Amino acid sequence: MTKRQSRMLAVAALVLGVGLAAAFGVTAFRKNMMYFQTPSDLVAGKSPVGAKVRLGGLVERGSVSRGEGLLVRFRLADCVKVIAVRYEGILPDLFREGQGIVATGALAADGQFVADEVLAKHDENYISPDLAASLKEQGGKHSCGEFKNTTATVTP
Amino acid sequence: MTPELGHFALILALVAALAQTLVPAWGLWRGNARAQAVAGSAAQAQFFLVAVSFAALTWAFVQKDFSVVYVADNSHSKLPLVYRISAVWGAHEGSLLLWGLMLTGWTLAVSLFNRRLPAELSATAMAVLGAVSSGFLLFMLLTSNPFERQFPVPLEGRDLNPLLQDPGLIIHPPMLYMGYVGFSVAFAYAIAALITGKLDAAWVRWTRPWTTAAWAFLSMGITLGSWWAYNELGWGGWWFWDPVENASFMPWLAGTALIHSLAVTEKRGLLKSWTVLLAILAFALSLLGTFLVRSGVLVSVHAFASDPARGVFILGFLTVVIGSALVLYAWRAPKLASEGELRLFSREGLLLLNNVFLVTACFGVLLGTLYPLVVDALGLGKISVGPPYFNSIFFPLIAPLFVLVAVGAVTPWKRGEFGPALRRLRAPALAALAAAVVLPSLALWLAPVTASFASKLTVAVATWLALFTLGSAGLEVWQRLVSRRRQGVALGPALRGIPLGSWGMTLAHLGLGFWMLGVAYVTGYGVERDVRLAPGARAELAGYQFIFDGVRESEGPNFTADSAGVRIERAGQPVAALAPEKRFYPSQGSVMTESGVDARLHRDLYVALGEPLDPQNPAGDWSLRLYYKPMIRFVWLGGVLMFLGGLLALSDRRYRLAARASEPLTANATRAV
Repeated sequence: MTKRQSRMLAVAALVLGVGLAAAFGVTAFRKNMMYFQTPSDLVAGKSPVGAKVRLGGLVERGSVSRGEGLLVRFRLADCVKVIAVRYEGILPDLFREGQGIVATGALAADGQFVADEVLAKHDENYISPDLAASLKEQGGKHSCGEFKNTTATVTP
Repeated sequence: MTPELGHFALILALVAALAQTLVPAWGLWRGNARAQAVAGSAAQAQFFLVAVSFAALTWAFVQKDFSVVYVADNSHSKLPLVYRISAVWGAHEGSLLLWGLMLTGWTLAVSLFNRRLPAELSATAMAVLGAVSSGFLLFMLLTSNPFERQFPVPLEGRDLNPLLQDPGLIIHPPMLYMGYVGFSVAFAYAIAALITGKLDAAWVRWTRPWTTAAWAFLSMGITLGSWWAYNELGWGGWWFWDPVENASFMPWLAGTALIHSLAVTEKRGLLKSWTVLLAILAFALSLLGTFLVRSGVLVSVHAFASDPARGVFILGFLTVVIGSALVLYAWRAPKLASEGELRLFSREGLLLLNNVFLVTACFGVLLGTLYPLVVDALGLGKISVGPPYFNSIFFPLIAPLFVLVAVGAVTPWKRGEFGPALRRLRAPALAALAAAVVLPSLALWLAPVTASFASKLTVAVATWLALFTLGSAGLEVWQRLVSRRRQGVALGPALRGIPLGSWGMTLAHLGLGFWMLGVAYVTGYGVERDVRLAPGARAELAGYQFIFDGVRESEGPNFTADSAGVRIERAGQPVAALAPEKRFYPSQGSVMTESGVDARLHRDLYVALGEPLDPQNPAGDWSLRLYYKPMIRFVWLGGVLMFLGGLLALSDRRYRLAARASEPLTANATRAV
């Protein structure tokens, strides 16, 4: 093999590697990118039924109820809208009413959000920056007090 | 008084770092050898001063001096001594101080051992190290002073984050930082090579062990981090593709590519400018990691504070260091001409291919880590990229590496031939094939779990790759041994005659094989189950019976706990008794899951305690998460073997022998890696 040929081979290998990576990357990205949404976004129908999203909000006071086995239902609020969430599994240590959490899952046909993962950070005062930013966008001064302290009656 | 002493020492250290940069730089410019020699003394002074500063902070923790803000924020009067000491690097300011201590430590070591190198090269490298150190010390003094006082003095500290109160966290950060910071040596010498335009045998022989050392520590640091996450986060995973994990993994990938390209540069005098670029890249990614973790752009247990000033400073520092390094590279790299030509089917060609895969994988991880940040910064929405992305991009890219390890082991430098290589690989390939059929079935027979056909196939393929690597990794050492024995050398001397570098490489490649084996089984055949259990009730998982004996309260030094009893039986025989806990730390008002693990080499049984399902009745039903994790220990065993392999390789005799600068690189091609 001449110098030129071997260099061409090396270049071909490089192109192949980068091309493969790009192909994997693009398909993997399409499948695995998740948008962050608020309860208002979901209620407004911004996310189609079945599309996987991360939903951030405050767990409404007095909304947590347990069902059969490990089923748990609660409502998530973002100071404007509220959405009902159901989840089957173990809640994280810092899951509490009145706290900000992030749930991963999808909207079901009945308008409820079905979570397959619930995350709460290890800090009692923690509020996800994503959530904090979206709360700010929606009016700024709202303290969300009604969701933190009372049992607001809002239909899912 | 002590904290002020520490603060003062830190300021003096900055002065020493500046002296270490500016005086030799002036000396290089004016050709003044005495000014160049100042670098060594400045480095020693700097290390001493940072060590004093570190000791002062440690003393403040030991003495529970809550007048120091950092101590009050991260300690507590009831915190055990060992955690008070590890709390020194438990948060932002102290971990930066540890970074500084490591950097000055590496610099000190360089200054002590570099006498055999050309004075100009060393002075340049020391000046670069001094500049990096100046930047970090300035950052610390301006934005993150660990010695800040507060009055009135609080009566009690706010305690160390309970997640960090774990033995794994005592040594994980120092190991990781040893690795991160260690790449600064390769970086400094790469810059020095670019400036002086000299990249010869002495340069490579000098840079290789330092890079290997940094890589070995980084491997161990990542392994410890994974082990900690498994034990402490309570959710049984060993890798989450969390941005913070990626921040440590990207320099590792680049560093792995670097140690392999250095081998090519040493043996064949090829890929010189590529090696220099990788050295810059590895350190750039280490700095990027520090930026990602410390600036607060990421939210995780590692991101302690989100002070925008810090983020801006590190980003600026990153831009200056990496930007100027790359500009210098673009300008000077054409001078680093390689000696000789490269054939694809030769050891160096395969190593180049290995580099292509590693660097591509590294960029895939980089893309997934940075993309959400970029999208957010551009105001295009908030997205997250999940583990499936990383898995689907990473594993296909590294699978060929396992074949490369095997083929590389039987391919000589300069020119390889397909026929003999294939003949020698036939035995390990067939043995691995047999094992790939037997092992997965054996695993399923031992612990019946339901797995899809796809995951069964994946496990079989991964088993083949892992065992093929394991089988062929030893081939080189084996062949050396056989040929020496044929020459009539006794077994003992024949074993000792194999250079430590070869043993190290073999061990690290074995580690790679074991790691793959662990990953395959824990991912393919591991099972988990969330259950609701009343006291006395049982649940079945992978052929094991988990019996819940209820929960009782217990007390620790700075926490109270709900401690559960879980007995595990198999076919009526007791296997283990675990006590997973739910701990409450009143000082921070936080709750922690302390998992119960029964570890064996071939499997872990892992129980995490959930919560009482009826809050009014803690003696009633509880939720529990049960895991069966086959061969997870192999994942960490792989990391430990890589660490040990690295240590062995850097102790190789040839790095301690004086290398003449004039010696052409190709003259050393007689010895293999």
